[in-house]
Amino acid sequence: MGYGERNTWTSLVTSAVGVVVYAVIIGRQLGSRPVAEIEWLSPMLWTIGAAIVVSIVAGILWGIVAGVRDPEERHVEDVRDRDIARLGDRVGQAFLVLGAVGALVLCATDAERFWIAHVLYLGLALSAIVGGVARVVVYRGGMP
Amino acid sequence: MVRPTRVTNSLRALREQAGLTQAELARRVGVTRQTLIAIEQGRYSPTLELAFQLCRVFGVRIEDAFQYPEER
Repeated sequence: MGYGERNTWTSLVTSAVGVVVYAVIIGRQLGSRPVAEIEWLSPMLWTIGAAIVVSIVAGILWGIVAGVRDPEERHVEDVRDRDIARLGDRVGQAFLVLGAVGALVLCATDAERFWIAHVLYLGLALSAIVGGVARVVVYRGGMP
Repeated sequence: MVRPTRVTNSLRALREQAGLTQAELARRVGVTRQTLIAIEQGRYSPTLELAFQLCRVFGVRIEDAFQYPEER
């Protein structure tokens, strides 16, 4: 597995785990109290930050292992990695836009701040996960 | 399902003729071995620049290494 594909897998898995952990933390409180009383900002920032840090550390560790196992290989990003990254970004961007539009609609209807933040978060999460899945599919199957 | 590229190539034959491994050829043109494998298997169309670099290694014209089907 090359440098770009390794990084795609680490960021995809850490993003997905981060979203699941956050969803469990918030999901437990959702039914039991009003959304205005739910403490969401701190868990959201912590899970996003932890996912970024774990992704970087895992990428470095996996890179070291790959370098030891296959010292002949170039462990750097190349032109195909950049093409695939662009394609993944394009796929993910659609969800960012949907999240932003959803947040605008909620602002216009004076929705609770909790829901506005979570529509934006959902857009970010889907952008990272669906964009990552698109990259993995292209790495495995081929460029369209 | 991802549509594979319509560009085909003779890179594997040219590489074997030249006695190069995938790792050696990849290093010479500045890509990873996985990228070279993807090109040889028709899963990735190289950029024009990379295609010229590959042809230069083998000393062949671009049409000798890459083929594109005629439009009917």
